[in-house]
Amino acid sequence: MNILSLFVLVPILMLVAYAFCPNIKQVRAIGVIGSSIELILSVVLLFLFFAERNAGNTAEMLFTFDAVWYQAANINIHFSLGVDGISILMLMLTSVIMFTGVFVSWDMNPLPRDFFMWLTLLAIGVYGFFITTDMFTMFFFYEIALIPMYLLIGVWGNGKKEYAAMKVALMLMGASAFIFTGLLGIYFSTTVNGQHTFNLLELAKADIPVAVQLWAFPCIFVGFGTLSALFPFHTWSPDGYGCAPTAVSMFHAGVLKNLGAYGCFRIAMQLLPEGANQVGWIFIILSAIGVVYGAFCAVSQKDLKYINAYSSVSHCCLILFAILMWNKTAMTGAVMQMVSHGVMTALFFALIGMIYGRTHTRNLTELGGLMKIMPFLGVGYIIAGLASLGLPGLSGFVAEMMIFVGSFAHADLFTRIFTVLCVTSIVITAVYILRAVGKVLYGPVINDHHLELTDAKFTERIAIVVLIVGVAGIGLYPGWISEMINASLTFVH
Amino acid sequence: MLTFNYSIWILVLPAVMFLVLGLGGKYMKPVVSGVLGTITMAITTVLAYLTAYQYFFSVGKAADGTYKAIEAFNFEWLRFTDTLHIDLGMYIDAISSMMLIVITTVSLMVHIYSLGYMKGEKGFQRYYAFLSLFSFSMLGLVVATNIFQMYIFWELVGVSSFLLIGFYYTKPSAVAASKKAFIVTRFADFFFLIGILLLSYFTKTFDFGTLTAVGAPCFSSFAGASFLGISAISWTMFLIFMGGVGKSALLPFHVWLPDAMEGPTPVSALIHAATMVVAGVFLIARLFPIYLFQTPEVLHLIGYIGAITAIFAAVVACTQTDIKRVLAFSTISQIAYMITALSVSGYDGHDGLGYMASMFHLFTHAFFKALLFLGAGAIIHAVHSNEMDDMGGLWKKMPIANWTFLIACLAIAGIFPFSGFFSKDEILAAALHHDIVLFSILFIAAGLTAFYMFRLYFRIFHYENKQYHHAPHDAGPSMSIPLIFLAVVTVVAGWLIPFDTLITADGKAFESHIDPLVAGLSIGIALVGIVGAYVFYFKKNEKPDQVATSLGWFYRATHNKFYFDEIWMFATRSIIFKCVSKPMAWIDVNVIDGFMNGLAYVSHQASEAIKGFQSGRIQQYALIYLVGALVLIVTFCGWLVAFITK
Amino acid sequence: MGEFITNLLNNTIPIELYLAVTTIVFFVGVYGFLSRKNMIMVLISIELMLNAADINFAVFNRYLYPGQLEGFYFTLFAIAIAAAEAAIAIAIIINIYRKVHTIYVDEDVSKMKY
Repeated sequence: MNILSLFVLVPILMLVAYAFCPNIKQVRAIGVIGSSIELILSVVLLFLFFAERNAGNTAEMLFTFDAVWYQAANINIHFSLGVDGISILMLMLTSVIMFTGVFVSWDMNPLPRDFFMWLTLLAIGVYGFFITTDMFTMFFFYEIALIPMYLLIGVWGNGKKEYAAMKVALMLMGASAFIFTGLLGIYFSTTVNGQHTFNLLELAKADIPVAVQLWAFPCIFVGFGTLSALFPFHTWSPDGYGCAPTAVSMFHAGVLKNLGAYGCFRIAMQLLPEGANQVGWIFIILSAIGVVYGAFCAVSQKDLKYINAYSSVSHCCLILFAILMWNKTAMTGAVMQMVSHGVMTALFFALIGMIYGRTHTRNLTELGGLMKIMPFLGVGYIIAGLASLGLPGLSGFVAEMMIFVGSFAHADLFTRIFTVLCVTSIVITAVYILRAVGKVLYGPVINDHHLELTDAKFTERIAIVVLIVGVAGIGLYPGWISEMINASLTFVH
Repeated sequence: MLTFNYSIWILVLPAVMFLVLGLGGKYMKPVVSGVLGTITMAITTVLAYLTAYQYFFSVGKAADGTYKAIEAFNFEWLRFTDTLHIDLGMYIDAISSMMLIVITTVSLMVHIYSLGYMKGEKGFQRYYAFLSLFSFSMLGLVVATNIFQMYIFWELVGVSSFLLIGFYYTKPSAVAASKKAFIVTRFADFFFLIGILLLSYFTKTFDFGTLTAVGAPCFSSFAGASFLGISAISWTMFLIFMGGVGKSALLPFHVWLPDAMEGPTPVSALIHAATMVVAGVFLIARLFPIYLFQTPEVLHLIGYIGAITAIFAAVVACTQTDIKRVLAFSTISQIAYMITALSVSGYDGHDGLGYMASMFHLFTHAFFKALLFLGAGAIIHAVHSNEMDDMGGLWKKMPIANWTFLIACLAIAGIFPFSGFFSKDEILAAALHHDIVLFSILFIAAGLTAFYMFRLYFRIFHYENKQYHHAPHDAGPSMSIPLIFLAVVTVVAGWLIPFDTLITADGKAFESHIDPLVAGLSIGIALVGIVGAYVFYFKKNEKPDQVATSLGWFYRATHNKFYFDEIWMFATRSIIFKCVSKPMAWIDVNVIDGFMNGLAYVSHQASEAIKGFQSGRIQQYALIYLVGALVLIVTFCGWLVAFITK
Repeated sequence: MGEFITNLLNNTIPIELYLAVTTIVFFVGVYGFLSRKNMIMVLISIELMLNAADINFAVFNRYLYPGQLEGFYFTLFAIAIAAAEAAIAIAIIINIYRKVHTIYVDEDVSKMKY
């Protein structure tokens, strides 16, 4: 059996198990066991991957598997699997965030079992998306990931959750209409071996007509770009994150945004290079604006989650910006930023969730001096903040520097000027991060009731420590990741 | 040949100690963590001395008598492209060896001093962890083999400075100061980073060895490139210098340094006087050949920025009343001295006097300024106040502090034979040879320096006999030993160390001698300053107030530091926050999101408008169906008839 | 006129007459369906339309394919369906009556709208 299919199979088994276990303890056990299996699987996959590569297997995708799913006169859909270094990183990231997400949602109320079931369904969608090499199957899994989001935010969220849930669902559904249009455009305009195909690897070698590329590229880029908060299609993200329960914010910001960027990268850039070449400049401008704009918006927010939501917009636009650069360094940086942003933002949202769970407010003006009361969470928050503002030794720095160096190496003066614009974000990021840290953690305790609050519990510590190790690990020893990504970027010259 | 294999431990030990104290500190007794940190620092110091000794006296000197840089370690950390990669390593040459000595010595003194000074503070372990982090970062900065490694450690020292300034994190002013320090230097680092990107874009390398080689070929790719009428290489080097402006608190980025005095005083001594703030000087010195040969005009500009900063800070220092702030402005002024000295230097022989003088001054300044801060710390510890008005007549009560402080003041004022005299004299001599304008500015600044330092000294130790709640007395040995040690260094460093043979721009020794004219002038103006201070401040009198009133607006402007803080505050709070950030957030909610909500609203309204069709009345549906069917039938028949008859 | 009646009595009845009758019945049903407010009457109208269709089946079978039986079968089938439909419809109507105490479609029977 193909190891990749296990990634989808395990969550399905988890779903079945949840269905039979109403007890909260059983639910937690299933969550921990299932997500640990996924985590182990992804690590095993990593080592298998290296073993294969060292054995001299130079195929673009490894562990491939192909089965016809539906075939008719004009329709040719396969369930085809395969991973390269980039997808493996995404799988690992998903596993880490799912693992920590379980611990963060330890005391989920109400309906814990249903919450975990929907979360697992979400994970199925994400895992499926990253392991497939067939565009239609990818799209299928993408849609699977979208639907649980609506319920997770709408039922377990807080604040104006119905509004946020509807907004997220509608905007992303609207985006998926764009994606599907683009996919069909590619599909019907190209024949490989006398047959239309959805297979990425085959399409990458085929010639997609330029006329089609010119409209399919913007469609797909806007579609997937909306998911990773491309300016000006980002507005679902602040409200969505603001209202979502902690684990969902983590999953959404940490993984789903990467799913969008991955889609842009795999489909828009890899398949439609000519489209990228000719209309990519529009998106370069939009994403560069997004970087600065998101950062500036974050500066004047009052709600901790909104600060990080806008921060995430800023970071994700940087990913898209780098993807559009079309050179190896920047694209490697983009993938590193995906991983780094995923872990870092998950850490942020986990911490904010924990602080909110204790103080019942996320408003900057009502918080203060928490460092003294909950030092563990405080230190975690500072580490996350430092990673976010690009401190060397933490993940954000490596990714950002790769992006900056890569995109600055672009031959176009136009692009270099926009790179400089993006670099300004390192200053603005420092401003909003330190503002939040200064108000929430430092200073005197504002509310005397906060003095009775407790520091992180054991389960919470597990989640935080795992994420911090991720952030620091990437930051201290980035070499192997960048090598792995670089080796996978065979189509970039 | 001896190798430098052991030198890696200079970096590893503090880093390990940071992790040990940071993660395990709360399980230790405070004193254990303090002693552990201090011992580690002592070992590091020994290793650094060994490295420097070995470099200067056995390995470093090539056969022709020049000092060549040695890469003790270099491994690739992160690869960007085939040519660009961040390496981490140890680049040992004259200035980095000297900096190793400076950093480890001052750091060790501060470690020892803090055992007494910080005793009983909450977060003692955290404090030592941060000190280790800072030492690690600063050491990494000076031994950087390439500009990107330097940038990495540059950021790390920035963050350790942030953490240490904000050590008393429950105090709002300390929090504000730490934020300000980080953001202002970060703003400067933005320019630095752009500079690095430009440099690497053209030269395709980060490596110092390649970049600073005389006549380096990698600069040919700059030819013809320009932006807004200024050549690309000038932009590059200017932007890199901007990074140094931020870290070294030159105009107009100096605003963070006086506020940074909110941190514990030993931290101010270590970071904000002796080591981190000279990073900018070190940066220019490291890239000196590029500045000199490729962009002399930028170097010239640097000189003027430095000179203006020197005089500006000296003037402001004369009117401050917080003793740490006086020292902070003095630091700004002295660093500007070093920067200016670099700009009036040539490359080889006696022409390179400025370079050597700058490094010399960096060295001596580190010790006497650390001494001043630690002395100020001892006084603050005894008096429990930073304000001059709460002090006076302490000379009898705190003899050790009195004598060491006096030595440091004499050194910074440039009185023979204290160390400051030698280095300052060389700077003035170099300036005189190159640019008379710069020389005059520095010369006046030297007089002002003597004046404000002795104003400080007299106000603390003489002036009037204050009544104190607790009788102030000299601190215990852990605080006194560093003072005495540093005082000794301050006395001897000037004439004991042959800087002109060890540290020069081109690595070759040359003969520098004391120019009697310059020496006479500088001692003269220093004496004028001291006498002035004596007249005004030795005994309490009305003269200072009279002068202040007669100066009117100028005094007020100076007292308010020429309103730089207010300008920065206005720029950030009123312009960036109120006019950029707030409107953007408003636009996001109302325009962009409003558009999305508008779409939703329009679809909702449209659906409301047509939902009446679905009345639920089957008879209505049937009627519509019937009518539709009839219309279709008639149309079809008409079409059929028309078709047939045609 | 006399000739017409003679033909009518002597020969088979022409198909047009049957069709005229069914058309009239059908449109009576349509009119009733559209205009009646009482659900029972609406149901009866539907039955009328169905019956018209049934007669058409029988007639066409008789006149166009005299040797075959599909039309008759279909008529029987439709009658059976009509019976079942009437049963269900009456059940629904009774239920509605129990809930809202009326069987007039324009009155309170609008709870399931939209």
